[in-house]
Amino acid sequence: MEEIIRVYQLSKRYAGSDRYALKDLSLSIKQGEIFGLLGPNGAGKTTLISTLCGMIKPTSGELWFKNLNYQQHRRKIQQQIGVVPQEYALYPTLTAAENLYYFGSLYGLPAATLKQDVAHGLERVGLADFAQKPIKTFSGGMQRRVNLLAGILHRPNVLFLDEPTVGVDVHSKEVIMALLHELHEQGTTIIYSSHHLNEAQHFCTKIAIIDEGSIIVEGKPQQLIESVSGATTLENVFIHLTGSQLRDYA
Amino acid sequence: MRKLIVSAYKEVLLLLRDWGGLAILFFMPSVLIITITLIQESTFKAVGESVLPIVLVDEDQGEIGQLVAKNLAEAPNIQLVTELDGSPIDDNRAHALVSSGEYQIALVIPKGISDELNDKVNHNVDKILGEFALTENDSTTANPPEKKWKAKEITIYFDPAAGQTFRNGVKSNIERMLSKVEVQKIYDVFINQMELSEDPGLLNDEIITFNETIAQKGEDGIIPNAVQHNVPAWILFGIFFIVVPLGINLVKEKNLGTYIRLRTSPVSYAIILGGKIMTYTVICLIQFALMLLIAKYIFPLIGLIEFDPGAQLPLMILIAFVAGLAAIGLGILIGTVAETQEQSAPFGAIFVIILAALGGVWVPTFIMPEVMQKVSAFSPMNWGISAFYDVILRNGTAADIARPLGYLLLFFAVTLLAALFYDKKHQTH
Repeated sequence: MEEIIRVYQLSKRYAGSDRYALKDLSLSIKQGEIFGLLGPNGAGKTTLISTLCGMIKPTSGELWFKNLNYQQHRRKIQQQIGVVPQEYALYPTLTAAENLYYFGSLYGLPAATLKQDVAHGLERVGLADFAQKPIKTFSGGMQRRVNLLAGILHRPNVLFLDEPTVGVDVHSKEVIMALLHELHEQGTTIIYSSHHLNEAQHFCTKIAIIDEGSIIVEGKPQQLIESVSGATTLENVFIHLTGSQLRDYA
Repeated sequence: MRKLIVSAYKEVLLLLRDWGGLAILFFMPSVLIITITLIQESTFKAVGESVLPIVLVDEDQGEIGQLVAKNLAEAPNIQLVTELDGSPIDDNRAHALVSSGEYQIALVIPKGISDELNDKVNHNVDKILGEFALTENDSTTANPPEKKWKAKEITIYFDPAAGQTFRNGVKSNIERMLSKVEVQKIYDVFINQMELSEDPGLLNDEIITFNETIAQKGEDGIIPNAVQHNVPAWILFGIFFIVVPLGINLVKEKNLGTYIRLRTSPVSYAIILGGKIMTYTVICLIQFALMLLIAKYIFPLIGLIEFDPGAQLPLMILIAFVAGLAAIGLGILIGTVAETQEQSAPFGAIFVIILAALGGVWVPTFIMPEVMQKVSAFSPMNWGISAFYDVILRNGTAADIARPLGYLLLFFAVTLLAALFYDKKHQTH
């Protein structure tokens, strides 16, 4: 498979902090993978995703998207990625259709096809009847579904997901996961960050566990489970590698 | 370009669904301009036009007391009060009436002031006429001996709540009236002493009068009045209040998470801000039009003078447009730097009030202390007011307002660049 993202010795230290959020991290993500980024709180997952989305600049190291360097081609890369943040990144007073139309327009999608895509997308996630309702009237699960749609309208090559199913009802979760599988089948590379280890185990094709700003292990879920004696789930592997201590950072 | 238009459209939708924000943008400035102009107009009238009751305590019961009472009674805007509940008012009661706020002013004419004034005037007239007699070798009217008088004071009691401007205005009117009484007295003594059979009528007409001319350019300028001063100042104040909803808009966006989506999409922060600038500039112009319409059509209905921009309307629109940009630049900077609405809203509101105070919205800059006048020169609101006054009151041209408009545009550019710089630095640190 073709390499789509390459990270080489990436380090990030925030201004005013003496601690590295990422330290000499190297990573390779291939086209069509569902790549799970797991780790305890403060491990560096959000910093890594923010850097890969072009939101923050690394302190040192190299970042490549296909053959494009992040520093020189940030806008071009952003055109090809989709982001679904953990927060409901939607305007509460705008309707579902207005939110989607606005975010789709930022990717330069033509008005006519965008309208069709919005209508089709809302239908796909079971919200066609709510297209003209303001987001603030939606339940958590409904907002999550619109949040996901806003990140995929422009059919990105790479989709970044940060806790896409947190706090949603079972039915919404079903719809979200089915849509993600569909995208994967269509060739979208998915980079997924979550604390739902069971979900990650079944959803991801490859997993990297990060701790203290570095990748401590990387591989297919089953390989990782087999690499730790007595482990039957990814959670066993995770606890084994990162310990049971609480990780609280302020 | 489409991204910019879509961003502007999104801002319009967000505003249309935010009734609180719309109230701040349109309703509050409208209420503000009506309220403030009404208040300032009535304050002005309090000294100039409306009827003001004045308590007069005449302990003298002589000629001066009568002349003062006559002059006060004849004044069209003064109501003379000499007794209450059928009994005359004395010094102590007058003091109590004013200190309690029941009356704003009391005048106490001391006992013996008429006799003393008569004595003094007679003595001085005798002396002057004596000088004439000496010149003409008339020994019968020789100089009278020098005399000293202990000055008698007329007491004026003022309500403690009365402002300095009001006190000065009333005091000046009373002083003018007393001078007139004195002149009349001196004149009468001269007539008597010179044994003229009839009054030559020298005091019937004023000798020196004023010709009040407003030094405007050209001849088709607007005649200045309180409304011409107030309307532009409060229009500008309203426009600058856009800082508050704009700041909140930016902070909300950051806190909602939509900011993450915006920052990860292939669009520059400048375009996101461009959408806001377009929308809020139109809002500023609508706000300006609304306040102008109120001043033109609502003011006459509530007893205020109509504000008519006349031929200066295009230049006024230009000033509102540029002042709007300056306000938007400031709002964007505040919204970019602030992290919470609790930071942006109070800071924005108080900062605008400070800028307004420095800019001369309440107190004209020329009567400010020298230090404040220097500080005032750096207030964008001062540049805006100067431009409006140049156009409305001085009948100025586009060339006359080029400098203040240039400063406002520079302010817009500096605040916007500072916001972009801060955002870039903050986001990529």
